[in-house]
Amino acid sequence: MSDSRFIEGRAAALRIENLDTDQIMPKQFLRGIDKSGLAAGVLYDQRFDAQGRPRPDFVLNRPDYADTRILVGGANFGCGSSREHAVWGLQQFGIRAVIAPSFGEIFYSNALNNGLLVVMLPEPVIAALMRDADDVANGQIRIDVQALTVCSASVDAPFTLSARHQRMVLEGLDVIGLSLTYQAQTEAFAAAHWARHPWLRDVSAVTGRRLQLNRS
Amino acid sequence: MSARTLYRKLVESHTVATLDAQNVLLFCDLHLMNEYTSPQAFAALHDRGRSVPVPGQNVAVVSHIIPTHPVPSTLRVIADPASALQATNLAANCRRHGIPLFDTRDALQGIEHVVAPEHGMVRPGMVILCGDSHTTTYGALGALGFGIGTSEVAHVLATQTLVYRLAQDMRIRVDGMLPAGTTAKDLILSIIGRLGAQGARGFVVEFCGTAIEALSIEARFTLCNMAVEAGARGALIAPGQAAIDYVLARAPDITGEVRDAALAHWRTLASDAEAHFDVEHRFDATEVVPHVTWGTSPDQVLAVTAQVPRPDAQQDEAQRRSTEQALRYTRLVPGGAIEGTPVQHVFIGSCTNGRIEDLRAAAAVVRGRHVAEGVRAMVVPGSGAVKAQAEAEGLAALFTDAGFEWRQPGCSMCLAMNDDVLADGVRCASTTNRNFEGRQGRGAITHLMSPAMAAAAAVTGRITDVRLLELNHV
Repeated sequence: MSDSRFIEGRAAALRIENLDTDQIMPKQFLRGIDKSGLAAGVLYDQRFDAQGRPRPDFVLNRPDYADTRILVGGANFGCGSSREHAVWGLQQFGIRAVIAPSFGEIFYSNALNNGLLVVMLPEPVIAALMRDADDVANGQIRIDVQALTVCSASVDAPFTLSARHQRMVLEGLDVIGLSLTYQAQTEAFAAAHWARHPWLRDVSAVTGRRLQLNRS
Repeated sequence: MSARTLYRKLVESHTVATLDAQNVLLFCDLHLMNEYTSPQAFAALHDRGRSVPVPGQNVAVVSHIIPTHPVPSTLRVIADPASALQATNLAANCRRHGIPLFDTRDALQGIEHVVAPEHGMVRPGMVILCGDSHTTTYGALGALGFGIGTSEVAHVLATQTLVYRLAQDMRIRVDGMLPAGTTAKDLILSIIGRLGAQGARGFVVEFCGTAIEALSIEARFTLCNMAVEAGARGALIAPGQAAIDYVLARAPDITGEVRDAALAHWRTLASDAEAHFDVEHRFDATEVVPHVTWGTSPDQVLAVTAQVPRPDAQQDEAQRRSTEQALRYTRLVPGGAIEGTPVQHVFIGSCTNGRIEDLRAAAAVVRGRHVAEGVRAMVVPGSGAVKAQAEAEGLAALFTDAGFEWRQPGCSMCLAMNDDVLADGVRCASTTNRNFEGRQGRGAITHLMSPAMAAAAAVTGRITDVRLLELNHV
């Protein structure tokens, strides 16, 4: 799977702390029942003014950064809402990895569940990567997902990623399929769990019948 | 067995299998869904020919996109075609799999985190998942709840489990009594202000102490709901008698021997005396004052009596930059007083503060007063049940007589996914949970505060210290 071993390309620095998923994917783009069309919504209020015109000074709108593949962000990147649309949108926009000092927890899981690589590195390394990304001539970053290293013009840094998450990025694991191999164990667990705690069994079904839901 | 925290007990009692050093396969007792984070999960299931093996542990609510216009429940219409499709799609998915649904025109429809506990579905000791970050709310009843993404929604639907990365243990002890004029909202805002937006990232937080024990269950919902704004992966409060009474009053199916067994189990749901917490914090409730956010992150918060921070007084460059960015958006003067800032809109509602006690607290401020000139104020009850209760208590009439709009339930202006959207530059006193840029509308400015503080802003037209207004309790 050498194809997914290396993620490399243009990097862009987003110097915003606590960049929440409301900003990454605003509400008006959440009205679908599929995953399509989300590239248009990525960082919409940053990329476009109130009249819908591109803001020329925003990094992702600059011609030199049109082929951005990697974002270097501030601390707590992707905090807030659980909306996975933020991850789908970034991927549709062409982003293959986000590097930041830390990530919102739900975003972190969402990213890896979709094969979007998330790399945590200390603040000083992030600052150096951001400076490199600002330099159009030398703003390329190369990430080796096998060796777990990040390289740029001035940085050659190792990072950590759990073996499970590494496989998810390299091999695109079917997590549900894997968990279904535990189906017999889950059923046995549930039977014992409900025998001990009968008040937990069918809790929504019992409540739904009492409240007469789904009448229409 | 060594001493364990309540969090560890809940995880261990729901572990189907240990997958590796960091991850377990966690059993889910209750899975809640809404119309906008579940459609792609159902689609993924259907694409692979997968089924929902345990539909009776799942429930769905139309909550985020639903308009809140004041029409009778049976006449509610979702005018936006895309949003309407989300609602009909959810109904079709629930029908297909036999999942109970609080649908658009159900009189009990509301916000998922208000609806689930008020009908007794949330019970101590449960693991509860939902494609919504504010699922931490259920810690108020001693249930481990947390938000998940849509891929994980599909995983829960297909397996009734989640691949779960273990968190660390944090304890926040709050002793003393909250002073008059302050609430759980002020307490959690002050905690988030001190910890920061990622101060609890990686942790499940257990709240304890005399101040926590004195909180009503609804106040505990507010507290645990916003723990996620400090980055917490979950929040917990050991369920004492108040939590047990709350649940039993709403869960008539728990009777006889089952009730005795439940009571015996629920009494074991506490951290052992010697349990180790990775991090501990202490707060003094007696020092809490009414809090208001000034920036674009919930940790950018201050006492209503304090001054807006100056970027040049910040310690490091990142803080200076985020203070500047926030103030540019919120259009406040560095070093100026937050109190007295004029507002054009007031929103009372949300899964944080849309319950009956919240409405009573707001009503106590509004009684005998009127919404100030130039202010649009709305109350959006958290659910149909809350709405009916408030109407029965006369609160609805009180609000409408005072010039408030009294609307149908839903998430509404908390995230403005429906048509309750603010215009550019409108400043809103809001009882919600996030003051993010553009959250309530592009360019709209959100000041998070308690229901009483929001009511005070409504009647004075500016951010006001509610302690200075005489209360007229209902």
